[in-house]
Amino acid sequence: MKALVPIFLVVAILFAVQIIVSFDRWPVDSVQQGFRGTGMVEISNPRIEADLVKANQPPDSYGPTEPGGPKASEIYQNVEVLGDLSEDEFTALMISITAWVAPEQGCAYCHNVENMASEEVYAKKVARRMLQMTKTINSQWKDHVADTGVNCYTCHRGNPVPQYAWFQETGPAQSVGGFNAKRQGQNVATERAVYTSLPYTALDELLVADGNIRVQSAGALPIVGETGVGLQATEHTYSLMMHMSDSLGQNCTFCHNTRALGSWEQSNPVRTKAWYGIRMARDINNTFVMPLQPLLPEAHLGAQGDIGKVSCMTCHQGVNKPLYGAPMLTDHPTLGVASN
Amino acid sequence: MVEYQNIFTRIQVHGAPDLGVEAGDSPLWRGKTTGKSSLMGRIGDAQIGPFYLGFTGVAALAAGLTSFMIIGFNMLASVNWDPIQFVRQLFWLALEPPAPEYGLSIPPLAEGGWWLMAGFFLTLSVMLWWVRVYTRARAHGMGTHVAWAFASAIWLFLVLGFIRPLLMGSWSEAVPFGIFPHLDWTAAFSLRYGNLFYNPFHMLSIAFLYGSALLFAMHGATILAVTRYGGDREIEQIVDRGTASERAALFWRWTMGFNASMESIHRWAWWFAVLTTLVGGIGILLTGTVVDNWYLWAVKHGVAPSYPPVWDPAAVDPQMGGN
Repeated sequence: MKALVPIFLVVAILFAVQIIVSFDRWPVDSVQQGFRGTGMVEISNPRIEADLVKANQPPDSYGPTEPGGPKASEIYQNVEVLGDLSEDEFTALMISITAWVAPEQGCAYCHNVENMASEEVYAKKVARRMLQMTKTINSQWKDHVADTGVNCYTCHRGNPVPQYAWFQETGPAQSVGGFNAKRQGQNVATERAVYTSLPYTALDELLVADGNIRVQSAGALPIVGETGVGLQATEHTYSLMMHMSDSLGQNCTFCHNTRALGSWEQSNPVRTKAWYGIRMARDINNTFVMPLQPLLPEAHLGAQGDIGKVSCMTCHQGVNKPLYGAPMLTDHPTLGVASN
Repeated sequence: MVEYQNIFTRIQVHGAPDLGVEAGDSPLWRGKTTGKSSLMGRIGDAQIGPFYLGFTGVAALAAGLTSFMIIGFNMLASVNWDPIQFVRQLFWLALEPPAPEYGLSIPPLAEGGWWLMAGFFLTLSVMLWWVRVYTRARAHGMGTHVAWAFASAIWLFLVLGFIRPLLMGSWSEAVPFGIFPHLDWTAAFSLRYGNLFYNPFHMLSIAFLYGSALLFAMHGATILAVTRYGGDREIEQIVDRGTASERAALFWRWTMGFNASMESIHRWAWWFAVLTTLVGGIGILLTGTVVDNWYLWAVKHGVAPSYPPVWDPAAVDPQMGGN
C-alpha cells in the first residue's frame, strides 16, 4: 500500500496542474444585462481583459484631411474606386492602408513603384476589391457594423493576410478509401471547433454556404409528415455558436436567455446584430473574398488550396465589439460611402 | 469482532474458500477456482471467484468484445491508424450513426453500417448479460430484483439507440459511440428539442437520480451509525427488530417525523434507482415523437414561469417566418 502513495501523489499533482491550466482564475466580472435572475450577463476576466485591451487598440490617426481641389482621378491614372477623393484625402488613405495592411512591405506590396497605375501586382487588384468590400460593409451592413464601421485595420491589424482568416479544416489525417467509418467532419480536437468534438466544418456550411441555423420548432408539437431538423445538423449550429462565443469572448447568455435559446423576445437585442453578422460574413465570403482565390499566390492559400475567409473571429478577435468599438470611419469617411 | 470491518481496518480474516450453496445449476459451467486478494479485502470480500460464465456469459462477452473492437478499430482508422493520435484524440473520437438521408435503411459500412453493427452486437451483449443475471438469480433461488433493475437501465439504452430512432424513422437520431461525442449529442438533443429541462419525465428522472444518491447516503449513514448495536445485520433486524432498528427509526422520526422500516428502505432505494432510467426513457421516447419543443410545451401548460420582459426592447427576429 505504501508503494502506491507516490503514484497517488503524482496523479493528484497532474490533476491539480490540469485544473490550473484549464480554467480561468477567478474572480470573473459579470455585468447584469437582462432581467434579474435570468443569468444574462456580460462576463470579463480582468486578467485576460488587460491583454485583450492591449491587443485590440485602434490604429494611430493621421488627422483630418482636406477635401476639395482637383480629384484623385484627375491627377492619377487608373483610380477606379477612390477617384472622387481630393488629392489630400486620397494620399492620406493610401498611407493609412499601407500602415494597416502592409506596414513592413510598404507601397510596393500592391504597386509597381515605377508605375503606380500599373495592375501588374496581383495585390493591387485584391486591394481594390477589398475597398469595394469595405464600402459595401459600411453602407449596406449597417445593421451589423452600425456607424462605427470597419476599415482595413479591423481585420488586417498590420498583416497582409488577416491573422484570423480561416481556411478549410480537415483535422488530422484519416484513413481514406477503405470501408472504415468516415469521420463526417467531426470527432477530433480542432481549434476550429473550439476543441469540442463538434463538426469542424460548421463555418463552411454556415458562413460560406447558407445552411440552416435554426433547429428548434416554432410549435410545441411535431407536425405529422414533416421531418424536423436532425441532430447532426443541430451540431453544426452548436459548433457555429461555439465559434461565435469564442470569437466574442462571451457566453451563450450574452445573447440568449438559455431557457429558450430560440426565443427572440427573450434575447438581448445584440442577437439581431449577430444575425446580420452571419449574413454579412456569407456576403463577404461569397461576393468579395472567394472570387479572388485565382489571383492569390499559393503561399497565401490554405492547405486545401482555398483562400482565407472571414468568420466572426476575423474582426472580433476575442472582443464583443472589434477594437472595443473604436469608430473606424473618422479619418476616411469615404470608406463609409457605397461603392460606385 | 469490533475490528472485523473493512475499509478502515488492516485486519483481514482469510479462511477456506467459500464455494457457495448447491444451486441445482449445471456443474459443467460452475468454476471451482478461487483466489484471495488482500487489496479487494480492504474494500469488500477478499475472496475472488468462483466464477460462473455459462453460455450466456461467454456469448455476452463475445458480442460485447465484437462491439468494442468495431468501435475501437473504426476510431483508430479515423486517425489514419496512428496510435499516438489515437491516444491523444481518444476522448474526441467516435463511431457516428448514419446520416439522415439513410433513414432506417442499412447504409454502407463507411457511412454508418459499422455503427449499426456495433449497436447490434452491444445490444445482443447487454441482453445476453441480462439473461445471465436473471437465470443466475433463479438458479440460486433468489428473487429477480437485480435483473429487473438492470432491465430498467436497458430500457433507457434501447430507447436512445433503437426504439426512438425507429419511431423517428431515422438511425441518425441515435447516439454516437464516443466519450465527448455522446455528451455533445446530449447537449444537441436538448438544444434541438427546446430544452429538455422542461420535459416532466426528465424532471422526474433527475429527482429519482438525486433521490437515489440521497437515500443511499441516508441508509448507509444510518446503518453505520447503529452498527455498534448490531444494526449491520440488517436481515436479522428485519425479522427480529432489535435496539439498533429502534434507535435508527426513532432518530429519523425525531429529525423528520417519519421513518422507513428495515425492509422498506431497500424497496425505497430499489424503486428510486429503477425509476431513474424508467422515467428517463419515457422522457426521451416522447421527445421529437410527441413533443417537439419542450419549452413551448411548458409554456402551453403553465409549467414555464413567465416574468417581466427580459429585454426592453428585446431582440427582433430579422427573418420572420423563415428559418
